[in-house]
Amino acid sequence: MNARIPEMRSTEELREKWMKPEVITGSDILLRSLVLEGVDCVFGYPGGAVLYIYDALYGFNDFHHLLTRHEQGAIHAADGYARASGKVGVCIATSGPGATNLVTGIATAYMDSVPLVVITGNVATTLIGTDAFQEADITGITMPITKHSYLVRDVNDLPRVIHEAFHIANTGRKGPVLIDIPKDVSAAKTLFNPSESLNLRGYNPTVQPNRLQLDKLQAAIREAERPVILAGGGVIYSGGHEALYEFVTSSGIPITTTLLGLGAFPSGHELWMGMPGMHGTFTANHGIQEADLLINIGARFDDRVTGALGGFAPKAKIVHIDIDPAEIGKNVPADIPIVGDAKTVLELLNQTPVYAEKADAWRQTIQARKQEKPLKYIDSDTELKPQWVIEHLNETTHGQAIVTTDVGQHQMWAAQYYKFNQPRSWITSGGLGTMGFGFPSAIGAQMAHPERLVISINGDGGMQMCSQELAICAINKIPVKIVVINNQVLGMVRQWQELIYENRYSHIDLAGSPDFVKLAEAYGVKGLRATNKEEAKNIWQEALETPGPVLVEFVVRKGENVYPMVTQGSTIDQMLMGDSE
Amino acid sequence: MTKSHTIAVLVNDQPGVLQRVSGLFGRRGFNIESITVGQSEEEGLSRMVIVTHGDDKTLEQIEKQLYKLIDVIKVINLSSKPMVARELALIKVKSEPSDRPEIMGLVETFRAAVVDIGTHSLMVQVVGDTEKIDAMIELLTPYGIRELSRTGVTAMIRGNA
Repeated sequence: MNARIPEMRSTEELREKWMKPEVITGSDILLRSLVLEGVDCVFGYPGGAVLYIYDALYGFNDFHHLLTRHEQGAIHAADGYARASGKVGVCIATSGPGATNLVTGIATAYMDSVPLVVITGNVATTLIGTDAFQEADITGITMPITKHSYLVRDVNDLPRVIHEAFHIANTGRKGPVLIDIPKDVSAAKTLFNPSESLNLRGYNPTVQPNRLQLDKLQAAIREAERPVILAGGGVIYSGGHEALYEFVTSSGIPITTTLLGLGAFPSGHELWMGMPGMHGTFTANHGIQEADLLINIGARFDDRVTGALGGFAPKAKIVHIDIDPAEIGKNVPADIPIVGDAKTVLELLNQTPVYAEKADAWRQTIQARKQEKPLKYIDSDTELKPQWVIEHLNETTHGQAIVTTDVGQHQMWAAQYYKFNQPRSWITSGGLGTMGFGFPSAIGAQMAHPERLVISINGDGGMQMCSQELAICAINKIPVKIVVINNQVLGMVRQWQELIYENRYSHIDLAGSPDFVKLAEAYGVKGLRATNKEEAKNIWQEALETPGPVLVEFVVRKGENVYPMVTQGSTIDQMLMGDSE
Repeated sequence: MTKSHTIAVLVNDQPGVLQRVSGLFGRRGFNIESITVGQSEEEGLSRMVIVTHGDDKTLEQIEKQLYKLIDVIKVINLSSKPMVARELALIKVKSEPSDRPEIMGLVETFRAAVVDIGTHSLMVQVVGDTEKIDAMIELLTPYGIRELSRTGVTAMIRGNA
């Protein structure tokens, strides 16, 4: 199973090697700084404006550099690495088109609060503003989708900027930080004297919550008859999953985890209600709508979760815990706002546990609903059902794999039918819904965890948006199991066209797609295909037993829809239950 | 209820900081009535004064979103307290020699100043709150305004605050 990824030397050894003050180029400063920040893997693509940097990388072995086949592949891989490891993901691209090819990936990371340091080259400072060859104002272009950005005009600023960038990316509400380095700055020399001091006056994330607000929350738990916890990605990003488990079990409050929160709480637990929102479970959505206390921990009340805001959780007192004060009250007004780091808040709450003693009937109701209205689908013996495929992946891997997905129906089925029991095992583009994300992010996740099984679940549409990265898997023997759920259409679009646009199937037919097995083989990756259950079981077993990357294509029923579904403009308890009705 | 708010934003004097702030207003759908930027009392920091329109919830979001910018050091809601707000305008108004005494009379009444005289025009400089400048412009309009330039509002809280 293990990837053949060579071990890196310990950070301590490397620190000793690179901490010496020395006159070196901006490019060398960059590489050494990355090492000193603990980076062990960088994804990138060279070009004219970063040639000094790549020259410095020649023979540099103190971190891995993976040459992707497209900058979009590089940044999604860095994103997957960051989500799987909890460390900062790093990618490098050249100026102009190289930099603009990163935009989708930067926006993806920004929407999902993923820590990235994105390094772009730029034309020389003397040429900036002249519309020089391959010049683009990438700091300007990416301003709305970065947490912060730098255009480094002086090589002397470079060490400070890199250090600040890592700090900003991975503290507070995490996010991507861009560093744009003009070519002459990467060539210029200066004395590199690594320092660890930081002076960011305007940046002091509130980690510790207000004690009085916590007391109010605990009083509210004592009084609540129908409390619900809504946990999001913030719990995972803060490392607060264990504290969450303790909080949920000691308070006895039923919990629902958002798409990005999957894995923050074990899915098999009796208090877990499933995912809420547009494709959420009956139990979770009705739970929220009937709740008299809704405790949001590290989720941002995204419209895919809330449905029609006017009718969202109408009976509930709202508690909102978030490290980003701007999230509190942005979409849903909070009765008890708590600004702070999710893990810190939960640990403080756990010091004086409060049991929701008036909620016994409510817990029973939730249990009964989970029995009465589970997720279900009508299986078939003649056709492969995508839900069955996901269930099969779950059963054979015992829910232990790292799963990354692309965007669409397969993503929702994976969220519904793969059972996550640990954090950082579920990697998906939530906020931006980026097609092309699934496969390269799996490469990053595998680099972060060479020892684990990484499954990348894709649709036939999204697979074609970054399929060129098959080369990376082949060359580097990265053993990702690449699943293509092929229904020959843009499935989620088809579903909307069926249900909302009166069966007017406009431009969703993916006829002309490549033979995915041959595509994989063309890159030197093993390809397997199944069209029925027997074949599916066999090829999946073969894939698991094959060292190295394998692409497995499951040809599934074309017209399958994701249920339950809340259509836009409806409240989340107005659910279409579809086949499961 | 929507109303006018005046906020001061203390920012790092970095290239692009005005773009970050104005871009934030644009993409979040916040309105900017006026924005002025200049040095502050501390080297390396600039002070922006922004006049915006919206309800209290919008204002709260504006403040929170501004604080998310790394280069923003402090956000102060000036209009929540008694404040002094001033704007400067230069108004070039048509004036034949025969009209001059009449215009000079207006300028004097407003404690404004004539800062340039041409053969067929006068340049009037007026400092005051927005209403005063609006009034000056209204009174000069009948003579024919050839050019007008307003700075936007700068403001501070009164007293020792």
